[in-house]
Amino acid sequence: MDIHEYQAKSLLSGFGVSVPPGGVAYSPDQAVFVATELGGAHWAVKAQIHSGGRGKAGGVRLCRTYHDVAAAAKSMLGATLVTNQTGPEGKVVHRIYVEKATAFERELYLGFVLDRKIERIRVIASVEGGMEIEEIAKERPESILQVEVEPAVGMQPFQARQLAFGLGLNMKQVSQAVTIILGCYRAFRDLDATMVEINPLVVTKDDQVIALDAKMSFDDNALFRRPQVTEMRDPAEEDPREARAAEFGLNYVGLAGDIGCIINGAGLAMATMDNIKYCGGDPANFLDVGGGASPERVAAAFNLVLTDQNVKCILVNIFAGINRCDWVAQGVVQAAKGLRVPLVVRLAGTNVEEGQKIIRECGLPIMTADSLMEACEKSVKLARGELVN
Amino acid sequence: MSILIDEKTRVIVQGFTGDKATFHASEMIRYGTNVVGGVTPGKGGKIHLQRPVFNTVQEAVRATGAQASLAFVPPPYAADALMEAADAGLDLVCIITDGMPAQDMMRVKRYLRRYQKEKRTTIVGPNCAGIISAGKAMLGIMPGHIYIRGNVGIVSRSGTLGYEAAAQMKALGIGVTTSVGIGGDPINGSSFLDHMARFQEDPETEVVVMIGEIGGPQEAEASKWIKENMTKPVVGYVAGLTAPKGRRMGHAGAIISGEGDSALEKSEIMASYGLLVSPSASELGITVQKALASIGK
Repeated sequence: MDIHEYQAKSLLSGFGVSVPPGGVAYSPDQAVFVATELGGAHWAVKAQIHSGGRGKAGGVRLCRTYHDVAAAAKSMLGATLVTNQTGPEGKVVHRIYVEKATAFERELYLGFVLDRKIERIRVIASVEGGMEIEEIAKERPESILQVEVEPAVGMQPFQARQLAFGLGLNMKQVSQAVTIILGCYRAFRDLDATMVEINPLVVTKDDQVIALDAKMSFDDNALFRRPQVTEMRDPAEEDPREARAAEFGLNYVGLAGDIGCIINGAGLAMATMDNIKYCGGDPANFLDVGGGASPERVAAAFNLVLTDQNVKCILVNIFAGINRCDWVAQGVVQAAKGLRVPLVVRLAGTNVEEGQKIIRECGLPIMTADSLMEACEKSVKLARGELVN
Repeated sequence: MSILIDEKTRVIVQGFTGDKATFHASEMIRYGTNVVGGVTPGKGGKIHLQRPVFNTVQEAVRATGAQASLAFVPPPYAADALMEAADAGLDLVCIITDGMPAQDMMRVKRYLRRYQKEKRTTIVGPNCAGIISAGKAMLGIMPGHIYIRGNVGIVSRSGTLGYEAAAQMKALGIGVTTSVGIGGDPINGSSFLDHMARFQEDPETEVVVMIGEIGGPQEAEASKWIKENMTKPVVGYVAGLTAPKGRRMGHAGAIISGEGDSALEKSEIMASYGLLVSPSASELGITVQKALASIGK
């Protein structure tokens, strides 16, 4: 789960991380109100979307008057922002963040990830702030400092000092940086994050160290124990189909093709999609119905796949382990009544003969397949209109 | 011979009296697994599926001499169940649970280091289908009838894709020694490499199939190890060629986050280390057949 910059800053400041004063706004009036409350004469108006690269795309505007703040807010709110991370369709801006503008002398990078290779939290710092970490890793790998956190004891102050001194900070700055680094680590650990990124972490001319931007992502598997994180969910940033899928215990990812997929098991789903491509077709979606595909779930799966207007045919591939083919077949038959697109069903595993019998005898024009290859080949032909049910 | 479990392995079920656990334990018993009891805190002293229930894993091990367990425990209690099992001295725990927080698994792996390597519990999973030694024992949720006994080992992140491989092989008359599901999570109890090493030592296993997917370093690590240590042919396949970058595809660990994470890169790495890479998921069986033919089987 992702959250907005202003939410990340709010969470992190609770862990001792210094952030510039700021407030969220949903309208130009509110933006001006926030600016007046903040005081000063220089503000940054920042588009809040779940994406990096907002600055380069015009999503951060520096303003010196309330008029400018209002104008910036007006132009951003409701507009689509396209960054190098959103894809060409971009994201609509519904919220903005008005922050006291901060003059700085140095931009640094600070990041935290759960590294799968070492199975530890890895902390990365670099003097090349303001650039993307992949760029930094490519262009100037020698500038990257890293420490690994030992889970038995957590991140230790000496490790934070190692990074801070390594960044060339003076003693006044080092102690603030240590507080920030340890604060980010504790937030990562105590909120079950998968990523925390402060880019840039800036140093001002009077030795203040401040997180000028903040990004946080969280482990979906841990949300059951992090209600303060789930509270920050923004449905406007999520694909509504994926949210609906989750309600039914389905896992859905929309793609660009025209062959709708309903499969049990993420690996088999990916493999089936790959096989469709191998046969010259293009999958419309990833959909894992999971274990125990009840008729209700199967029906929900069909409805979800069909919300994609591009879908020209549907491929059901269920290898029944916990599922039973006859149970699945019942659900498929129910959902297939009045289906507007052709359907090919491949069942395998527990009770496969009973399941196939139900499909054959249901009186609906459902194509069957015995093997994965056969199912994919048929679906490609159906999508092209080369086969008729 | 098979690896990890056989018909003699004494097995307990953690979370024994739950609905799903009861169903799968019955299936395991039907398959011939030596299930000797189970654990559900608070239900100790009861009899379930004609076997004793215990309050703690420690009691269960003391009373039954259990060597392995199948843990069927909801995500909030999974890490605790694993550490309890390790503390009780089980050789092996297979955890089916889908939804364990990643940092919990990180801490469990760290906890295991309390124990010397020789005495350390092997964990398989989480988020996996389990382990089956064909014709001998099943520690998991797979449909036993799709496996015939033979000379090929399988190690897979995906449950149903592992079944697909076994079914394709069965259709060609090719059987399995043991199939191990290591699960779809980013931090797992044991990796491809861990089981590859076991298959290398198992005299009955002559070919191994490694079924991977996008995300993580384990396919590449195993491939390197295979090149340097394996004397048996290994068939490889990586699911997720069509997966877009940065999107989680079902499994918590199936996400292309960085270099080397994609299916294409992993397939190329496998091939470069001498694995026989199946060009598609529908050719897994045929590729195994080719691998067997290459050693005259």
